[in-house]
Amino acid sequence: MSSIPDQIPLVEGLFSWPSANPCLWGSRCKACGTVDFPTHSCCPNCFSNATEVIPLSHRGTLWTWTIQGFPPKAPYLGPQPFEHYGVGYVELKNQVIVEARLTTADPEKLRIGMPMELVIEPFARNAAGQALMMYAFKPEGVN
Amino acid sequence: MDVAIVGVGLHPFGRTPGKSGLEQGAFAVQKALADAGLSWQQIQFAYGGSTDGGNADSLVNHLGLTGLQFVNVANGCATGGSALLSAYMAIKSGEFDIGLAVGFDKHPPGAFEVNPAEWGLDPWYGEAGLCLTTQFFAMKIQKYMHQFGISDAALSRVAAKNYRNGSLNPYAWRKQGLTFDDVANSPMISHPLRKYMFCSPAEGGAALILCREDKAHQFSQRPVFLKAATVRTRRFGSFEVFSPSQALKQTPSPTVDASLAAYEMAGVGPEDIDIAQLQDTESGAEVMHMAENGFCKDGDQERWLAEGRTEIQGALPINTDGGCMANGEPIGASGLRQVYEICVQLRGEAGKRQVPKTLKTGYSHVYGAPGVSAVTILQR
Repeated sequence: MSSIPDQIPLVEGLFSWPSANPCLWGSRCKACGTVDFPTHSCCPNCFSNATEVIPLSHRGTLWTWTIQGFPPKAPYLGPQPFEHYGVGYVELKNQVIVEARLTTADPEKLRIGMPMELVIEPFARNAAGQALMMYAFKPEGVN
Repeated sequence: MDVAIVGVGLHPFGRTPGKSGLEQGAFAVQKALADAGLSWQQIQFAYGGSTDGGNADSLVNHLGLTGLQFVNVANGCATGGSALLSAYMAIKSGEFDIGLAVGFDKHPPGAFEVNPAEWGLDPWYGEAGLCLTTQFFAMKIQKYMHQFGISDAALSRVAAKNYRNGSLNPYAWRKQGLTFDDVANSPMISHPLRKYMFCSPAEGGAALILCREDKAHQFSQRPVFLKAATVRTRRFGSFEVFSPSQALKQTPSPTVDASLAAYEMAGVGPEDIDIAQLQDTESGAEVMHMAENGFCKDGDQERWLAEGRTEIQGALPINTDGGCMANGEPIGASGLRQVYEICVQLRGEAGKRQVPKTLKTGYSHVYGAPGVSAVTILQR
């Protein structure tokens, strides 16, 4: 079996995928308990080098947000022609606040404090035609 | 050893086709030398910086190969503030009597192009469309508006004030005096921030000549004394640009740290400040920086702006030269432009935009990626 997969992650090590129940990977400091994302070998709080990789919660609440209204310059790989996209920080209870693309670009559908859930979705295509998968958060209960 | 600013010079901000960044920097230095009645040969040292305009020490090709100590400074939006801090310390140490802080730049049009690797980030962060300063500023003010009840109108008021001030400033870029309605009806760029609420990358140069306080009157009728200069970087927990994640518990921003240190160094408090220049990368930044620098409580900005308290005629004029919004943002030059404006105002030489009251103490503040702030406090 050496077939080329249809979908690959944009980057390895950021989230578990493929998986029935995907998660972001964070690191937790064994000394002070601080959780960081993405994973780091050094704790940003107490500067210890003893950290462990942990799965982050796939649910959280929207901490803040914006809508990207113009095409980013290189190395942006998103859809062409440019489509507006939501960006936010999602608070994962007792863990960390993570930055993410949001599945909606409609300001009417976003409010600080609303419940959000993790999704892994196709984001762009590479030269071989493979879908590059990326994490995002979507308002909970919305399809 | 206290330090005085005895010469100030500016190259007009905006777009100057056919003139390199270095030429604009050299122009500013020559203006500052003339202001102090000094020749280039009398300058003992220089600190200078530019992001896109060339190596600052190449200014000697334009100014003269005198053999002086020239150190290049690169510190993002705090480049000018860092050059000034370095010059301040060089004189305070007793090593030198008189020297130069200079900054200039010449950026291509459009938003800054950011290479994630230069900020310690992996490529995915840029590939996914998250490596933009504009997004951060939008998300910080979005959160702040939610927490402290700041309105969209307050954001438009800040921008309209800065464009109004810019229309009075012969060195400004945007002098057409965009109105509240122009700002409030401009396209949404990064919700809740609209096009004319943002500053744009631009060109320009600014130079300051510093000397020992006890020699200041040899070179200037109206020296301005640098009572404090500080630079601080982010601590864990402060919400900063280019952060894939954020700590659960917030800590004060580097602006707060730099500000408190400057007040302590100068022996004054925010109530003593007569005029301020605050980083206005966009409207939200100026709003939040009013509180982070200690001038008002979180949320009071709404009333301050409605009452016009930060206008040229107000209780605390802010960004009397039009700030980054009306002058554009040449990274290397902006921080020194702010100090230039405070010096000119304290000297009573600001022309149409002169604050109509006696000014004793001024304040300047910059903030930039990835979480660095510089503050100065100046007195007549």
